[in-house]
Amino acid sequence: MMDLLNLQPATAEIFLALASLGLVLVSAFVAPQEKASKLVRRLTLISFAIAIFLTIYNGSTPAYAFNGQFFTSSFMVYMKVIILLGAMGILLMAKRELKQDQIDRPELPLLMLLSVVGMMLMVSANDIIVLYMGLELQSLPLYVIAAIRRESLRSSEAGLKYFLLGALSSGLLLYGASLLYGFTGHTSYDGIKIALENDVSPGAVIGMVFLISGLAFKISAAPFHMWTPDVYEGSPSIVTAFFAVVPKLAAMTLFLRFTYGVLADASDSWQQIVMIIAVLSMLIGAGGAIMQTDIKRLMAYSSIAHMGYALVGVAAASDLGIGAVMLYMTIYVISSIGVFAIILSLKQEGRPLTRIEDLAGFSKTHPVYALAMMVLMFSMAGIPPMGGFFGKWYVFSAAIASGHVALAIIGVLASVIGAFYYIRIIKVMYVDDQVISIDNHIPRSNTMIALGAAVLMAVFLFGLGVLREQITAAVPFVVFVAG
Amino acid sequence: METTTWPVLTVLTFLPLIGVVFLLLIRGDEDVVSRNARNVALWVSGFTFLLSLTLLINFDPTYAGYQFVDKGEWLAADGIGFMMGVDGISMPFIVLSAFLTPLAILASWQSVQHRVREYMIAFLALETLMIGTFAALDLVVFYLFFEAVLIPMFIIIGIWGGARRVYSAFKFFLYTLAGSVLMLVAILVMYNIAGTTNIPQLTDFAFDPDVQFWLFLAFFASFAVKMPMWPVHTWLPDAHVEAPTAGSMILAGVLLKMGGYGFLRFSLPMFPDASVTFAPMIFVLSIIAIIYTSLVALAQQDMKKLIAYSSVAHMGFVTIGIFSLNVQGVAGAMFQMISHGLISAALFFAVGVVYDRLHTRDIDAYGGVADAMPRYAVFFMIMMLGSVGLPGTTGFVGEFLVMVGAWQANILVAIFTATGIVLGATYMLWLYRRVVFGRAEKDEILSLEPLNQREIFIFVPLTILVIWYGIFPSGILEIMDVSIMTVLDQMDLASMELSGNSQIATTGIGE
Repeated sequence: MMDLLNLQPATAEIFLALASLGLVLVSAFVAPQEKASKLVRRLTLISFAIAIFLTIYNGSTPAYAFNGQFFTSSFMVYMKVIILLGAMGILLMAKRELKQDQIDRPELPLLMLLSVVGMMLMVSANDIIVLYMGLELQSLPLYVIAAIRRESLRSSEAGLKYFLLGALSSGLLLYGASLLYGFTGHTSYDGIKIALENDVSPGAVIGMVFLISGLAFKISAAPFHMWTPDVYEGSPSIVTAFFAVVPKLAAMTLFLRFTYGVLADASDSWQQIVMIIAVLSMLIGAGGAIMQTDIKRLMAYSSIAHMGYALVGVAAASDLGIGAVMLYMTIYVISSIGVFAIILSLKQEGRPLTRIEDLAGFSKTHPVYALAMMVLMFSMAGIPPMGGFFGKWYVFSAAIASGHVALAIIGVLASVIGAFYYIRIIKVMYVDDQVISIDNHIPRSNTMIALGAAVLMAVFLFGLGVLREQITAAVPFVVFVAG
Repeated sequence: METTTWPVLTVLTFLPLIGVVFLLLIRGDEDVVSRNARNVALWVSGFTFLLSLTLLINFDPTYAGYQFVDKGEWLAADGIGFMMGVDGISMPFIVLSAFLTPLAILASWQSVQHRVREYMIAFLALETLMIGTFAALDLVVFYLFFEAVLIPMFIIIGIWGGARRVYSAFKFFLYTLAGSVLMLVAILVMYNIAGTTNIPQLTDFAFDPDVQFWLFLAFFASFAVKMPMWPVHTWLPDAHVEAPTAGSMILAGVLLKMGGYGFLRFSLPMFPDASVTFAPMIFVLSIIAIIYTSLVALAQQDMKKLIAYSSVAHMGFVTIGIFSLNVQGVAGAMFQMISHGLISAALFFAVGVVYDRLHTRDIDAYGGVADAMPRYAVFFMIMMLGSVGLPGTTGFVGEFLVMVGAWQANILVAIFTATGIVLGATYMLWLYRRVVFGRAEKDEILSLEPLNQREIFIFVPLTILVIWYGIFPSGILEIMDVSIMTVLDQMDLASMELSGNSQIATTGIGE
């Protein structure tokens, strides 16, 4: 299996990397910028679709490539497919945004593509050096697209903030990784895992703490969340949507692979840290969102809280927990994309609206969208029978199965606080009188994604059984040590 | 367990949702949509009621287990399945839900004029969720229905409510949610200990008494808010005052009963030891509720608020009856819940009738209504007397049985409960006197329109049932008798211990 020349498991990544290089040429040689932008956007979408096909086609049998530095299995396939679908969903909605935000350049889809390559590498990395390369490949394009509206002060500010804090977190992560290497003598996940089976030295624990802190930055978990609201608010909405969905998924996958996979035998050492991060994220996410007036900032805090819930599953440090996190992230991705599809549809004469009170009277002017938004809000609040409830159900179930009842109690109480701001949006849409007239034209792609996400969340309970089977089958392959 | 050839219970539960689909399909201008929406909602809920009656007719009251059981695969890998069924405890509530929904829809025939389609969708969805809550035999399925009830009720209060509707809707939603999520944690703990969420299996499962202690408290948090019990009742007056008439009818008529149902379905049979341990605490809370909220009701200027506080007091009787842990007490609690479901729905409707005419609920604005609306005065009087517990009405049967049960459990409790009955008579009679009697002097009172046919049509069935079952209570008691015995048998040992204690208490006072 350790065949040096067998590149087949990495076909999708290799394809996407080549595609991105090809698209650089396309964007350089196709004459008017608008045309190039359109072409690159479409080709990126097609590349994602092909990558999904390749990922699934290559199958879910566990396999190594690049001398054991790259690993793929049903777990990775599941996460990669969701990452790619998420990226596709965002890109589908980008057309009008790019025009109206005056960022209609081929760079944006291209940078997204590069970032996604990095994410797929992060997911499949089986060596901390590959992990770091993937992480940086993922992060650098994101810093650029956060600041893609160069003339806008806030967009530049967002990009700079993201870059500074992102670089800091990458540094932390790298430092932690080097400590782990120093104290275990391995860079490969398998090697570290085996080394930690026998003995967890204090140095390795310090390395672990740094590494987890770095990862917590990437998923914007408290207390490393400070950048999130500002970056979400300052970036163009389409970029915010991308940030809210895709990188989180990749970083959470990495979190899972590292904590439960690599550091499984040292779980006593990191479980408490993850628990504290989870509790802080749930509480800060819920509390911070209450006073927000900007819907993008609200979504930032909401995502902090959601990461907290997902981390409850990580803290459970069990197969149940991993499955719960996978399900939670799936639901999070679907509902977030749906909510952003609606946020992206809110325009007044082409100008984006982001204040919550702009939604007043939305149920009268756009009844179907308001209904979709309501379903998504109840889902995010975790009210049954919407999908979000089942995410919470499995996460807390895993925590309780591992004996962390207190964690579950804090979690459910935080979800009550969280429910307040979600239902506030429903109240604004349904009770308040219209103040601002929202443009009637909504692109078809936004409509389809918003309604599709809402319908999925509403009927989620019917598909849950099938999804659970997929997940349960994938869980054992978070790491795979041959022999 | 008896299974049926076709899933009658599932059909009954989801029938109103088919109505929702019809409502979504209606096209046309607003008037046409509104008219059709009202008709569709009425027909669908009426048909649901008829179906629930066939269920009642085919129900075998001598059978101790669950009947009309439907089972389905759902999350087989996780040990969670879809299961529905009824016994003597859930049967009356299902019929009550199906009975009150068409009346509630009829009650809002004219008072709701905007967004009629959405309104009817909310009510039909609510009906599905109510029936589902009572019929579910899997804890997860139960929780789905139980919690989802918040969504339509939040919308009904929030959109069609009064001036402070937003505040009330939020309070209702967050209070109830806060209680329920603790129950969710308890459900997860039970699921992890017992490995199943099947209610009959969980009932047979013996939880460790120490664990029972915490599980009971978590379930109590949810049901106490829902009932509501003092001191977590404060959402109820706000919700009732702001909710539209039909919303109040369903809220008081059915939703409050979910708490009592929960105690009987979960707390008593699954946590028998903890139920005995906590019974004194619940007695104290209930007595405070009965006396304190009765006094608060006396001071109210708002008719709806007064009736809302009286609901809290009446629910206090229910909890005392349930936790007296004997047949009379539990049967009394059940009967009181059904009776209160009918009477409070009628009383809230009675307030709605005059509110539609004068647009105020201030008691002082009325007086002498009997002159202008003699029939209304008669219906209101019967319901008022039912609420007071006059013999010959259902209110009397429920209160009497609860008193008998409480007497066996603890004489002091029975004595305090009795004061509640006196206070209840005070505020209800005083309310009636101020609104209906006296000389009508104001022009707007004299010019009140008498009851129209639609309103009479709503009052008549409620009145007939309140008097009929007041005189022949055995019609309801027979249905639930066997099931109540089963519940009490399940907590066998524990209740023996309690009656032992009460024996001592009795002799103690006798000396």
